[in-house]
Amino acid sequence: MTKSIRKTFDEQLSDMQQEIVCMGSMVEQMVHRAIKALSERDVELAERVIQMDDAVDDLDLSIEGRCMRMLALQQPVARDLRTIGTAMKIITDLERMGDHAVDIAKMARTMADQPLFKPLVDIPRMAAIVQKMLRESLHAFVNRDIKLVHKMVADDDAVDALYRSIYDEIADYMEKDPGIIRQGLILLMVARFLERIADHATNIGERVIFMETGVLEELNI
Amino acid sequence: MEKTACIIDVARLNFYYGKFQALKNISLQLESKKITAFIGPSGCGKSTFLRTLNRMNDLIAGARVEGKVLIDGRDIYAQDMDVVELRRRVGMVFQRPNPFPMSIFDNITYAPRMQGQHKGLDDLVERTLVRAALWDEVRDKLKSSALSLSGGQQQRLCIARALAADPGILLMDEPCSALDPVSTLRIEELMQDLKNEYTIIIVTHNMQQAARVSDYTGFFLSGELIEFGDSNKIFTKPDDKRTEDYITGRFG
Repeated sequence: MTKSIRKTFDEQLSDMQQEIVCMGSMVEQMVHRAIKALSERDVELAERVIQMDDAVDDLDLSIEGRCMRMLALQQPVARDLRTIGTAMKIITDLERMGDHAVDIAKMARTMADQPLFKPLVDIPRMAAIVQKMLRESLHAFVNRDIKLVHKMVADDDAVDALYRSIYDEIADYMEKDPGIIRQGLILLMVARFLERIADHATNIGERVIFMETGVLEELNI
Repeated sequence: MEKTACIIDVARLNFYYGKFQALKNISLQLESKKITAFIGPSGCGKSTFLRTLNRMNDLIAGARVEGKVLIDGRDIYAQDMDVVELRRRVGMVFQRPNPFPMSIFDNITYAPRMQGQHKGLDDLVERTLVRAALWDEVRDKLKSSALSLSGGQQQRLCIARALAADPGILLMDEPCSALDPVSTLRIEELMQDLKNEYTIIIVTHNMQQAARVSDYTGFFLSGELIEFGDSNKIFTKPDDKRTEDYITGRFG
C-alpha cells in the first residue's frame, strides 16, 4: 500500500466524495418521494420534494467550489485530476436528476385531485430500479469500482423495457377511454423523466470508467 | 520543410560513480525541436543523465560510461570526439545563474572571441539577447556589469551566452529553481520561442513546470527510466503506477 504524503489533499478529496454521496442520497430521496406523492396523490409530499431542490442546488455549487479550489491550490495531475474532473461532471448529472424529480413532483401536484384511472404498478417499479442505479453509480465512483458500473448499466435495459411497456399500456388505455388522456399523458411524462434519470446514472458510470482508465466510452447506445 | 526527427539516440546507457551505478540501462530517443523534461526525486539520476549528453561528467573522478549516446548520428563517447566541439553543439544552462564577472557584452562575446571571432560581435550580441528575450531590458547598458542584473535577467543572459555558441541543443538543469515566479514564467515563455530553433532538454523538480513547458516527459527513479512519453499522457494517465504515485505526491 502506497503511503501518501499529501494528507491534507487526500482529506479534501475524501470530503468532496462524501459531499457527492450526500447530494446523491438527497436526489434519490427526492425521486422516491416524488413517486410516492404521485401514487398516493399527496400534495404536501410533492411540495417537500420541490423544496428539497434548493438544497441540492446548494450542494452542487458547494462541491463545484471545492473542486475549483483543489484545482487552483493543489494542482492535481493524473488520477487526482481525473477524479476531480469526474466529480464536476457527476454533480451536473445529479443536479439534472434532481430537476427531473421536481418535474415529477409537479406532475403529482397537478393530478392530486383526481383519482388514478388504475393503480400504479410499473412506474414505481421503474423508479425503484432508477434509484438503485443512482445509488450504485455513486458507490462505484467512491470505490472506483468498474465492475459495479457495468452491473448498474445493465439495469438501464430493464428501465428502457419498462418505459416501452408503460408507453404501450397507457396508449391502449387512452385509445379505449379518451376521458383519461390528460392523466395518461402526465403518467407518460413521468415515465419519461424516470428514463432520463437512468440515463444520467449511466453518464455517471461512463465518467467513473474514464476516471479509472482514462478512456471515455459510450456505455449505452 | 524541415522534418522533425530524432536528434539524440541513447542506447543501453549505464553510468557509474565508482562502484555506484547512477544510471541503469537507459534507452530513449529525443526528438528535434521539442522540449523534453526529466523529473524524479533527488538522486534519481536525472541530472546525471542530462550531463551525459554533453559529457559534463567526464570531469568527475571515477565516473564511467557504458552504452551509446548518438547525437546527430555521431557517438559522442567515441575516441575521436572533440569534446569542445560537442559542448558548442550541446549548450548548457545551470541552476544558479553564473554570469562571468564582466560586462553584459563581454559575457556573450567571450567564447566567440576566444575562438578568434572579432567581427560581427555587435550583431551577435543583439541577436542572442533578442532571442533570449533580454534585449529590450539591457540594450542601453551593454557595458554594465552582468552582476548588476536581477537573477531572472542573469539567467536569460546565461541563455543568451549559450546561444552565442550557436548550439542545436540546449540542456537546462533546474534553470528556474533560483528564480521568482515571474522570472520563471518568462524563462518558460522563452523556451517556447526557442523551441522553433533548438532542441531543449530540461531537468526540473517542479512538476508543474515540466507539465507546462514540455512536449515529452521522462520519469527517473533510482537510476532507471521508468516511463517516457507524451507529457499530456504522463500528467493525465501515466502507464506506470510508480509514475502516478510520484506525480500525485503519493510516493513512499
